Amino acid sequence: MDKVLDIRDLKTFFYTRDGVAKAVNGVSLFLKRGEILGLVGESGCGKSVTALSILRLVPDPPGKIVSGQILLDGMDLLQLPLKQIRQIRGDRISMIFQEPMISLNPAFTIKDQLLEALFTHREIGRAEAQARAIAMLRLVEIPEPEKRINDYPHQLSGGMRQRVMIAEALLLKPELILADEPTTALDVTIQAQVLDILYKLTQEIGAAILLITHNLGLVAESAQRVVVMYAGQVVEEGPVAAIFQNARHPYTQGLLRSVPLPGQRRGQQRQTLYEIKGIVPSLFDLPPGCAFYPRCPSPKTLCAAEEPRQVAISPGHYVSCWRGQ
Amino acid sequence: MAWRRLFEHRLGMIGLVVILGNILLAILAPWIASDPLKVDVANREAFPSREFFFGTDEYGRDIFSRVIYGTRISLYISLLSVAVASIFGVAIGAVAGYYGGLTDNILMRFMDAIMSFPAILLAIGIMAVLGGHLFNVVIALGFVYIPRFARIIRGSVLSLKEKGFVEASLAMGNSDLIIIWRHILPNCTAPLIVQATVSLAYAILAEASLSFLGLGAPPPAPSWGNILSDARNFMLDAPWMTVFPGIAITLAVLGFNLFGDALRDVLDPRLK
Repeated sequence: MDKVLDIRDLKTFFYTRDGVAKAVNGVSLFLKRGEILGLVGESGCGKSVTALSILRLVPDPPGKIVSGQILLDGMDLLQLPLKQIRQIRGDRISMIFQEPMISLNPAFTIKDQLLEALFTHREIGRAEAQARAIAMLRLVEIPEPEKRINDYPHQLSGGMRQRVMIAEALLLKPELILADEPTTALDVTIQAQVLDILYKLTQEIGAAILLITHNLGLVAESAQRVVVMYAGQVVEEGPVAAIFQNARHPYTQGLLRSVPLPGQRRGQQRQTLYEIKGIVPSLFDLPPGCAFYPRCPSPKTLCAAEEPRQVAISPGHYVSCWRGQ
Repeated sequence: MAWRRLFEHRLGMIGLVVILGNILLAILAPWIASDPLKVDVANREAFPSREFFFGTDEYGRDIFSRVIYGTRISLYISLLSVAVASIFGVAIGAVAGYYGGLTDNILMRFMDAIMSFPAILLAIGIMAVLGGHLFNVVIALGFVYIPRFARIIRGSVLSLKEKGFVEASLAMGNSDLIIIWRHILPNCTAPLIVQATVSLAYAILAEASLSFLGLGAPPPAPSWGNILSDARNFMLDAPWMTVFPGIAITLAVLGFNLFGDALRDVLDPRLK
């Protein structure tokens, strides 16, 4: 199996005045070459911190990667000196952020920012860099790229800005793209457009995508595998079909039932949307057993006492839950 | 957009005209004025006339020429000292704001220590140590004005470093230095320009005060403070000796203040 990224037992904690927040608490996941992996979970479950840990961008202090391994093609990123990490950032692993509005520097044109990405990692001439930047803008379907490249960010719409960010992320043909809620800030019609472009291009250059989102529809449509996180831990992982048709963890099941379906309105009487009762436990003070125990609809006595072990349901489909074990 | 609003700012434009007038006078001094140091015993303390527009002083030196040449000294010192202050202030403020923590604390407490002295008093102290020389005035005033630049830049950097494009630039593999230089400082220019313009007014005033106290450009250099200082003893007999350099100082300071306020009105988004 050819893994681009292999995270093993990653722990990233935040040491604050109020105590230690275990934002990522023993996460293991992997991405195969060219694969799209959906990383889903509620806000604050550690999805983004996992992505930031990969690039070593966790703000320190207060954040600290306590233990674990992050292997990029077998090379442990956590052991590398900062200088080498910088060479990897943007070149072999690039990141697309959630907010296209603020991820571009308002003081510079699109051209300046795209060329900066090229000049940081490649020794090429200005003319060639500009040609590549324009070609990339054309690929992300920006109309009249020769003209728009001289625009400032405020002259572009939100969807265009996000496409510029995608162009910037793909410009150096990375092996891995961390897309942290890449379309959350966009409206629905633009979302589909932007995602289409992202998938098409990553297919072309053979990059893997870690797609971080809380939008399950998006995952169902595009990802091959899904990892579900809860309170800093992986609770279930598996191929998309297995997760959507045969979810075993009560949290995953809850997530799936909380998605509003357009058909529910007509025909049958209106249904109230399912909600997972309770709130995410404080990361400062996790319950001793299963982190989901306080919200679980059908807990067993064992759940309060002991952390569940990961078990295989079918090939590639794992769940961390005592129920059914 | 901002340019048009600036041009429509009436007081600001008055300030700009005064500033440009000052600069023009400084450049054209040799053609407008005669030798500011020429002693004319026959015409001591002469009343303003067609020959001597602003009158003469107790040595018969033409006050008009001295005031015009004073513009040069005044601009030279204020521009250079503000340049010195802004270069060091921006560097210190950017490093303190970007790195935060202990670095920030040490640098900013040092800035607080400088600020705890009244500016003019500290400048007097420095001049007393360095000795009266035009360039020493630049050093003294430059040093005294560093903290106000450092504080303003630090404030801007603190808010800018949380912006998405800084994180995006880090994720792209850029070093701290490039991020500060390319992504943070260009977004700090507005407050910097405002602060620099206002500081120019202070620097002009401070230079005049130092010269007046005999700690600035050594006499007989025709700085405005020196002219005033000479004129002090003749205030009642020959009021023109004090009035004209006084007007020159007032106008210059007013010009920079008005223009600085206009820039603030135009550039500061919080005032919109």
